Amino acid sequence: MNLFVFLAIAAAMVLIQFVVTRWVKLNRLAWMGIWWVALWAAFSYGINPPLPNSIILLFMAIITIALVAYLSADNEELKQAQDSIVRFMVARQYRVALLIVLFAIPAAVAAWTYVSMNEAPQPPSSGRTIHPPPPSSITFEGTAIDLTTANNPIRELQHTDEAAFAEHVANGRRIYFENCFYCHGDNMQGAGMFAHGYDPLPANFNDATTIAMLQESYLFWRIAKGAPGLPSESTPWSSAMPAWEDFLTQEEIWDVIIFLYEFTGFEPRAQGMPH
Amino acid sequence: MLTIDRRSWLLRLPLGILVLVLVALCSEPVWAAPQEADPEYRALPFISSRVLMWAVAELHLMFAAFVLAVPIFALVIEFIGYKTGDKRYDQLAYDFTKLLSVSFSFTATLGALLTFALIVFYPALTQYLVKIFSWTFLPYVLLFFLEAFFLYAYYYGWGKLSPRLHLFLGLMLNIVGTAIMFIANAWLTFMNTPNGIDEMGNLTNIWEAINNYIWMPINIHRIIANVAFGGAIGAAYGAFKFLGAKTLEARAHYDWMGYIGIFVAICALLPLPFAGYWLGVEIYAYDQSLGITLMGGTFSWLFIVQAVLIGNLFLAANYYLWLSMARIPGAERFRGFIKYLLGIITLCFIVWATPHSLVATVEEARAMGGSHHPILNVLGVMSAKNTAVNLLILTTYVSFLLYRRANKEAIVSWAKTGNWVQFGIFAAVVIYVVFLGVYGYFVDAQTRIGLSRPQVMSVLFAMVSVTVIDIFLFKNAKSRGEIVWGKISARSQYALFFLAITFTWLMGLMGYVRAGMRQHWHVYGVMRDTSVDAFTPTLGFAGGVVSAIVIVFFLLIAIVFFLAGLSGRKDWEPKSGSRWVRAKASAPTEDS
Repeated sequence: MNLFVFLAIAAAMVLIQFVVTRWVKLNRLAWMGIWWVALWAAFSYGINPPLPNSIILLFMAIITIALVAYLSADNEELKQAQDSIVRFMVARQYRVALLIVLFAIPAAVAAWTYVSMNEAPQPPSSGRTIHPPPPSSITFEGTAIDLTTANNPIRELQHTDEAAFAEHVANGRRIYFENCFYCHGDNMQGAGMFAHGYDPLPANFNDATTIAMLQESYLFWRIAKGAPGLPSESTPWSSAMPAWEDFLTQEEIWDVIIFLYEFTGFEPRAQGMPH
Repeated sequence: MLTIDRRSWLLRLPLGILVLVLVALCSEPVWAAPQEADPEYRALPFISSRVLMWAVAELHLMFAAFVLAVPIFALVIEFIGYKTGDKRYDQLAYDFTKLLSVSFSFTATLGALLTFALIVFYPALTQYLVKIFSWTFLPYVLLFFLEAFFLYAYYYGWGKLSPRLHLFLGLMLNIVGTAIMFIANAWLTFMNTPNGIDEMGNLTNIWEAINNYIWMPINIHRIIANVAFGGAIGAAYGAFKFLGAKTLEARAHYDWMGYIGIFVAICALLPLPFAGYWLGVEIYAYDQSLGITLMGGTFSWLFIVQAVLIGNLFLAANYYLWLSMARIPGAERFRGFIKYLLGIITLCFIVWATPHSLVATVEEARAMGGSHHPILNVLGVMSAKNTAVNLLILTTYVSFLLYRRANKEAIVSWAKTGNWVQFGIFAAVVIYVVFLGVYGYFVDAQTRIGLSRPQVMSVLFAMVSVTVIDIFLFKNAKSRGEIVWGKISARSQYALFFLAITFTWLMGLMGYVRAGMRQHWHVYGVMRDTSVDAFTPTLGFAGGVVSAIVIVFFLLIAIVFFLAGLSGRKDWEPKSGSRWVRAKASAPTEDS
């Protein structure tokens, strides 16, 4: 969050409310405009890192609908707003202001066109699917694995043989730091030493919306098949994740999955259940 | 007056169209080409058979939803009229019921078309489903006959039968209609989450095939959604009649009808997200692939569209209530609250519509430090969305509460305390719901899913307890004046149209999502789709098809409105001086 921008917006609003309104009476339409600009400024400049343009558009569309609803929810206020627009268009006293507005609107459009045409060309935005649906089954070294029912075989040891479980966690740690940490980082935040070279960036496992929301069989699929196993909606050509089935055994992959959950403190999503 | 030639031309027109359609159907790609003995699929020229099936199935579903929903609330309204002796309720229930007979015919026709299309274009799939569900067909047909009987008896028996017998017919109509829907739901839910079959797809247990993972969630979801949809279409009919009303009495009546329709729709809308969430949980529990396809994969973008539509529904419903206050003396006291309610609704709408996976340029993604925005990321998951929708529901309820007490002044001695208790309940529930939402980020997925239950229950508790207090609080309340029905702006009626169209669009969209999530499977994991259409269409194409279906539905519903409106018209009489009058005057009378 950019606190300075929020404070500046709040100060401007207070100034309008308590100072400007002493000289100029603002009707609901004017207030709607002020709120619209204030919220646009807050979304565009008040949040750090900046919001993508698509999100600002979505939020401002919602806010515009809400403000129009508020303006028209009261018959008297709506009539006042309509009257003020008509007065502005026809009253002699506003003739100069009207001329300015009439020139300002096309001028603003022209300026916006000029600025956007002079921006450096960018590849188009893409709606990459971060968590694509897994197939119902995969083959690992010639063996079919049903992802709908596959469970981490190490998980049982957590309650039956703590020492054996700890060994698997330690093995998972070794595998992680030998293979994964270069990209996913030593804190699993997706900020490993190679991470800056990738687009998209490696996954951040500390984020509560990644592995905490997924079943262990999903992680097994992702690790085993890597980028080449991604469906097209997830742009497999963009991801640098190797297919670890070529380098690790099944047990090693389950071990590293256990370690990911142990390290981050998250629990995997359980299978089945309701019905 | 039509000439003989023109009339015969008009009579030949449908025949000509029929011949053209038959010629088109018999053109090269369909029937003329050498056919396999038992083809798995058949194709149509000009249009994909999948799109045809999609449109017919969705239109059938929309009319079926309407036909099932209207008797539910018509019966309730009729019962209120019977108990209170207020004839207006009886008339209102009849006005709603008038929409049923033509809609029922459309439903049956579209259902027959759907069946024929399935048999012709997807014979192998039809054969498989017949093999699994053959036991359900006979009860279905019998129930359908019964529904026809009860529906027409209910409609034509209005005012002709004793009130109790008539109410009984309405009750039976509802029971039979619901049973029909439950059977049809078994067929379609089986295609998503098949159960009761062996590895080769052979039936092992018919009850398990029926009672599959999502059968009951779909049953419940559809009952509630049908009522919301039916209420909204009924309200649109009220708005349609209101805008064309020529007398103050008619305006008042149809304003009231629109209000009751949308009241029904909002009441059903409030628990709908909970039913939808239960359905989602069951889908995820059946197979994570299905769950992720819905909420994380391609279809997740349709859920963003859904969120925008639902946000608009809540906003429009509140907007209508705020505009409705214009007809209530004393409502101006509560106008000041609107901006705060709107602020909460807008905030919740924004949270509800925030996607988890963002559309971002490479530069924007680099600035965010990855695919997820550190702040938006928090809003993009179910913990935030559940919290937002619960608060949306509570806010809508508050709007209704303000509307309800607009012309009342409590005279009970404990009025102030009662208000504070109500406020305390709201505050406690809001804090609790937000706390659970935040807590959801710090627990495992299973616990997080479980947190939605206390959130829902606390919101329901708030609504029920505050309503109970309100009833006693405003018992024998001082009135600031009677509600002036008909005194409302035309904008409110367009809001009713907007609500009806949005409900319909939403229904079409989510119908596509439910069917589309199977992707390249006819019966998920059992029977693969090997047709040329075994691909997921682009979101834009799907949106276009859904929109076209909605337009066709409203064209058909306009016919229903027109035909329903005919019953209230005066008998046709020729204008003075017209040929009819002259002919009648010159005709020999008995005396002559």
